[in-house]
Amino acid sequence: MSTRNAVLVAALLALASSTAVAAEGPNLGQPITEKEVGAWDINAMPDGTGLPPGSGTSAQGAPIYAQKCAACHGEGGKGASAGALVGNPPITGIESPKTIANFWGYSTTVFDFIRRAMPWISPRTLTNDEVYAITAYILAENKLIGPNDVMNAQTLPKVKMPNADNFIIRFPDRI
Amino acid sequence: MSISKRHNDSLQPVAGNGLLDRRALLGRGVVFAGAVSAGSAGSMIGAAAEPLVDGPWSNEVGAVIPPYQVASRFEKHVVRTVDNPDNVPRNSRARTPHHLLQGIITPNGLHFTICHGGVPDIDPEKHRLVIHGLVKRPLVFTLDALARYPMVSRIGFVECGGNSAPLFSNEPIQANVQALHGLASCSEWTGVLLSTLLEETGIDPKAKWFIAEGADSPRLHRSVPMKKAMDDAMVALYQNGERIQPGQGYPMRLWLPGYEGNMNVKYLRRITLTEQPAMSYYESRTYSQVLPDGKAYRFYFLQEVKSFIANPSPGLTLKEPGYYEISGVAYSGTGRVTRVMVSADGGKSWGDAALQEPVLPRAFTRFRMPWRWNGGPAVLQSRAWDEGGNMQPTRAEIIAHRGQTSKPPSVLAFPSQHFNGITSWAVDTKGEVKHVYA
Repeated sequence: MSTRNAVLVAALLALASSTAVAAEGPNLGQPITEKEVGAWDINAMPDGTGLPPGSGTSAQGAPIYAQKCAACHGEGGKGASAGALVGNPPITGIESPKTIANFWGYSTTVFDFIRRAMPWISPRTLTNDEVYAITAYILAENKLIGPNDVMNAQTLPKVKMPNADNFIIRFPDRI
Repeated sequence: MSISKRHNDSLQPVAGNGLLDRRALLGRGVVFAGAVSAGSAGSMIGAAAEPLVDGPWSNEVGAVIPPYQVASRFEKHVVRTVDNPDNVPRNSRARTPHHLLQGIITPNGLHFTICHGGVPDIDPEKHRLVIHGLVKRPLVFTLDALARYPMVSRIGFVECGGNSAPLFSNEPIQANVQALHGLASCSEWTGVLLSTLLEETGIDPKAKWFIAEGADSPRLHRSVPMKKAMDDAMVALYQNGERIQPGQGYPMRLWLPGYEGNMNVKYLRRITLTEQPAMSYYESRTYSQVLPDGKAYRFYFLQEVKSFIANPSPGLTLKEPGYYEISGVAYSGTGRVTRVMVSADGGKSWGDAALQEPVLPRAFTRFRMPWRWNGGPAVLQSRAWDEGGNMQPTRAEIIAHRGQTSKPPSVLAFPSQHFNGITSWAVDTKGEVKHVYA
């Protein structure tokens, strides 16, 4: 074997052993399929990814809202012990309340937060249809959709939120 | 003599209203002696001592040693303040009593906590962490499995993005350092780097973000850039040597050194790699900061360079003129604190404080400043710099950019977030300390 070949072989051996070391991590995670993660996967993304099947309208949402939400958020979303869900005051500074209509950038956030966290005392007890219906009710009361618009995985991400373009990424170089 | 020369140097005032050279801290006993012999202002010798006597505790057998020690019964006042003791449907917070603590490590039971749906009671045997989405191999981990991975320990702070929010008030709210700045704490965190786990799942190159989600009642979730995942994000299992506290995310939390507290997702159970951020409630609504022109900051992430004096501070009355040590904490999400200056005359003159080792990146740094209070009015301030070249701003500078309230809000309110300006404590001639704007 020439010296040059010996160096090459040594280099290849070193490469092989370093690869082996990399593969020798603890490897204690159990493989899981996305389908198996499914029950936990409740992220509804701005582009609609993750929105489940189902649908609802404001008319369907109104009685569900009255029963499940009004105790904290007030009749008609006017606010009570928890914040108002309806209302569009202008944002003029740090004392302006951030409402869905005047502040939130994405309609999907409304669905996502209701599905994951509401009602506060019994989260994740609403069906997807109920979440779509309450979402439709809140958006319609805020005049962000029409009174008869159906909210589902296709229509909801298309709802344009008025304040969507008023955000500044604070430190872009960290993204 | 070189030592006596140092006595004299260390007695030199370095800034107005009694601030002394930080080198005085190198040998305090020597300084006292020097001060007396030099006839400096203020009596350094107290009234004649009482004869020494034994307390009854010294003449009887002590108590049984408990399996888990808690603080002395004489320290019952050293507690967090809780703002939702009845756990009614809203957020709950507990604030760290900085004015009663020293050093840089927050005791576990006094670490600040914010929970958005109460503190969950998680069985660690049944808890799972799943990593999925834009990975090559989705994996689920038990706590036992994670505990077998290579671990690292790092000391660092966690600070709520809303800490110090009362300083957005147009008038100084009379509250103590715990109420104003108590939503920041510092611990040694031990766990597995997220990058270690991602080596095993593999990363789809399309992944730009990961979404971390907790197993708490509201399934709190936040989006974090993959940059942070590969840099220093940790799945933390231990806090100051013991398993992390229920209020800190037991049995595991995400720890993102230097980043807004709410992003450090507690009760971590799911990490999803994605191309886009989730625009979750907390990132797109709560932790976005409105600006005076109606626009708003999003994805602030960074807890910027900051310091505050914890001692003296409101509630800690100075009993008599004389020598005191001013001390507090400084920290920066950018890296190490490089300098802290202290003023006793409301910012007219400044002297360098001593930075106590260790000075660690993204951790509390304890600063100390010797001070001889002459009994007159004083306004104490601290100002920090970090290794990124960032200087802690004045309150006026922050307000000019971010706005302030038109009337004082509740001390528990959060008019905005990410306030890292200078705090001012006024000492009056009675030695009482008040929060002021200066």
